[in-house]
Amino acid sequence: MEKTKLNDELLNSVDEGVLGEITKLDKLKTGAYNIRKNGQGIERKITENVNITTKKDKPGINIYVKENTKFEIVHIPVILTQSGLTDIVYNDFFIGKNANVYIVAGCGIHNDHHKDSRHDGIHRFFLEEGAKVKYIEKHYGEGTGDGKKILNPVTEVYLKKGSSMEMESTQIKGVDSTIRETKGVLEEGANFVVTEKIMTHGEQVAKTIFNVELNGDDSSAHVTSRSVAADNSKQYFISKIYGNAKCFSHSECDAIIQDNGKVTAAPEVTANNIDANLIHEAAIGKIAGEQITKLMTLGLSEQEAEQEIVNGFLR
Amino acid sequence: MLEIKNLCFERDNKKILNNINLEIDTGKFIAITGPNGSGKSTLVKMIMGIEKPDSGEIIFDGKDITNLEINERAKLGISFAFQQPVKFKGITVYDLLKIAAKKKITRKEACDVLSQVGLCAKEYVDREVNGSLSGGELKRIEIASVVLRESKLTIFDEPEAGIDLWSFNNLIEVFENMRELIKGTTLIISHQERILNIADEVILMRRGKIEKIGSSKEILEKTIKPTVNCCRIKKEGEK
Repeated sequence: MEKTKLNDELLNSVDEGVLGEITKLDKLKTGAYNIRKNGQGIERKITENVNITTKKDKPGINIYVKENTKFEIVHIPVILTQSGLTDIVYNDFFIGKNANVYIVAGCGIHNDHHKDSRHDGIHRFFLEEGAKVKYIEKHYGEGTGDGKKILNPVTEVYLKKGSSMEMESTQIKGVDSTIRETKGVLEEGANFVVTEKIMTHGEQVAKTIFNVELNGDDSSAHVTSRSVAADNSKQYFISKIYGNAKCFSHSECDAIIQDNGKVTAAPEVTANNIDANLIHEAAIGKIAGEQITKLMTLGLSEQEAEQEIVNGFLR
Repeated sequence: MLEIKNLCFERDNKKILNNINLEIDTGKFIAITGPNGSGKSTLVKMIMGIEKPDSGEIIFDGKDITNLEINERAKLGISFAFQQPVKFKGITVYDLLKIAAKKKITRKEACDVLSQVGLCAKEYVDREVNGSLSGGELKRIEIASVVLRESKLTIFDEPEAGIDLWSFNNLIEVFENMRELIKGTTLIISHQERILNIADEVILMRRGKIEKIGSSKEILEKTIKPTVNCCRIKKEGEK
């Protein structure tokens, strides 16, 4: 195993706190990893099967997973603690044939000042035949300043024959504005499962856009979005799924609104093939009164019941 | 332990509960039966606080609970199993049972109570309490959540509804075990003769009133069965 340290800057307690919100610190260094802080890579480790190189033409890295690699973990966290910084990073993941890996990414922003901090992470995944990836992405913001914490992640997934990707993205706290774009292009027998969880508070705005093209026979996609919009926050869910072959897709948008929260769901399914089977479900509303009543019969107050329902919904 | 005084509830000019007066002693297993629309569910919902009466009082363990919230009544020792169990996206069976239990419970304890209600525990404990479960499965989870509370007063609103015959036998065992182990009071709405037969007393309700209180034999033979016989099909030539 080779360990490369890119510079001498150490993680301070604020960095570790933010990092701990987007990844499990004790697991972080168990496999290959690359930690980026304030626009710079600060620490990296590669393994026999996972190589990470720095891009030469633009900010970002390339991650290469050898074919037939089994059950390795790759961590690619980003932290922003410098107020006023806009960090744009392009990370490309090349997953070899029949590899099976677990990738954890995400961004945590700590902003104690009045300037906006922004991170745009553009991640592209290229899965070769039979490859499998479980991808976990967490976004988090904190800090006492009035500078906004802005995250605009883009995830593009290209799935070759028989490959599959399971993606879980979570944004629970502290992000003022986000536009999340997820694109999937699937060949024969490929499978793409996306689960997204978002909670917005205050005046926060979150927009998520899914664009999935099912181009190969027997390809399938499952897109699930669970979100809670509280206070005056706003959320937009836009989903476009194209069935261009004999394929199956199921997309589901479930949203809870609280206070003056607003949610718009705009699903679009397009069948361009007679054997395309595309389903969409959307449900938006406040917490059902009967759910609160049931938990109150178990001894919880109305507020505790609401919290329990929201926590479960977003878990 | 439970006293209901002059309880009245009216909606759309219809008297749903018409001056109900009732006393139930500690440790008793009481069944409430009667035709649809007789006010049975409304009465038990009022005891739990899910509905509020127009007038009257509910006294529990000597305390007037008429104006208490649902959770305050739960903390005093009243539990309620719904006729139509509630579904939750994201909350697992284990989560629900942990909320229900007044103390911390292990997975094994949660599994034990699921087994009691006839569910193969390992298959269910991590499943979400959502629409992927059948009505019968949800019902048994609902009953498990109530059994775990070991309350002074446990109310069941038609527990047999949606439950298959095999599970129904489990259910009778559950009630018998509850009686033996918890020694609390059970108030159960039911139309099932086997449940009425294990009750200490059966309350017959009709048109918002308590029509009769007696043993299951008295209620079934003298009150319900003759009513059923009135509806038998006439034989050919019979006047």
